[in-house]
Amino acid sequence: MDNTGTLSQQLVTIPLENYVALSLILFSIGIIGILMRRNLIVVFLSIELMLNAINLLAAAFSSYNNDPSGQAFVFFIMVVAAAEVAIGLAMLVMIYRNTKTLDINALNKLKW
Amino acid sequence: MTQIFFYFLSGIAIASSLLMLFQRNAMYSVLLLLVCFFAVAGLYVMLNAQFLAIVHIIVYAGAIMVLFLYVLMFLNLNTSTSFSKSNLLRLAAIFTGGMLFLVLFSSFYQTQLQYIPDSLHAETGSVQTLGKVLFTEFLIPFELTSILFLSAMVGVVIINKKEQSNG
Repeated sequence: MDNTGTLSQQLVTIPLENYVALSLILFSIGIIGILMRRNLIVVFLSIELMLNAINLLAAAFSSYNNDPSGQAFVFFIMVVAAAEVAIGLAMLVMIYRNTKTLDINALNKLKW
Repeated sequence: MTQIFFYFLSGIAIASSLLMLFQRNAMYSVLLLLVCFFAVAGLYVMLNAQFLAIVHIIVYAGAIMVLFLYVLMFLNLNTSTSFSKSNLLRLAAIFTGGMLFLVLFSSFYQTQLQYIPDSLHAETGSVQTLGKVLFTEFLIPFELTSILFLSAMVGVVIINKKEQSNG
């Protein structure tokens, strides 16, 4: 316990701004990935990356404000992300079975 | 020391997620995102959020990424993909993402973030504290997640069921 006390004493030297900046960067990379790639799997991975950026932001604010509800919220976001990935990958397999490709341009029937 | 550790972990996270975007092979993208997730788990440890770090590794590395790899191998997609957007569209995507980053970053730059200076000493992120919070304050949402998972499971089975020929 004494060891963690000194460790967390050092942790205060990192300002909260660094964590916020890092999550902003990761979120923007996720947005770029969604816009840039045509592979459905990579688009899904970018969504996961964005969820992670938000999780990191919530956890950082929660730790720096000494409020455990933020981390409980991160836990629920992880639960929803797991369910979302299960459904999304099932849909991806179905799309692959019907179109024989994972190109998102094969799914342009709803486009005007 | 902790400064160096923070920059090391965030550098790994940013570099691996950037490399993830520019991989031709989807398999390498999944593995690079796995590296990024481990770096984020290290950042959770640095935030003194041990419970989240463990759950993050179990859920993301243990469940989600394995599911991705399983689907990739199941569909036999571990070859390089030939389709990609044109260079103009790629540039437009990077420009749009950069603009979003600019907006977010400038609003963040003008904000005064407030926090309790000694809060990282506290046991906010320990398993004990979060267990108490999850089973008292968030008990009903916590129990509802089981229904969410059940419906997700049923949904997956129904989505992937083969169509009956008599229908």
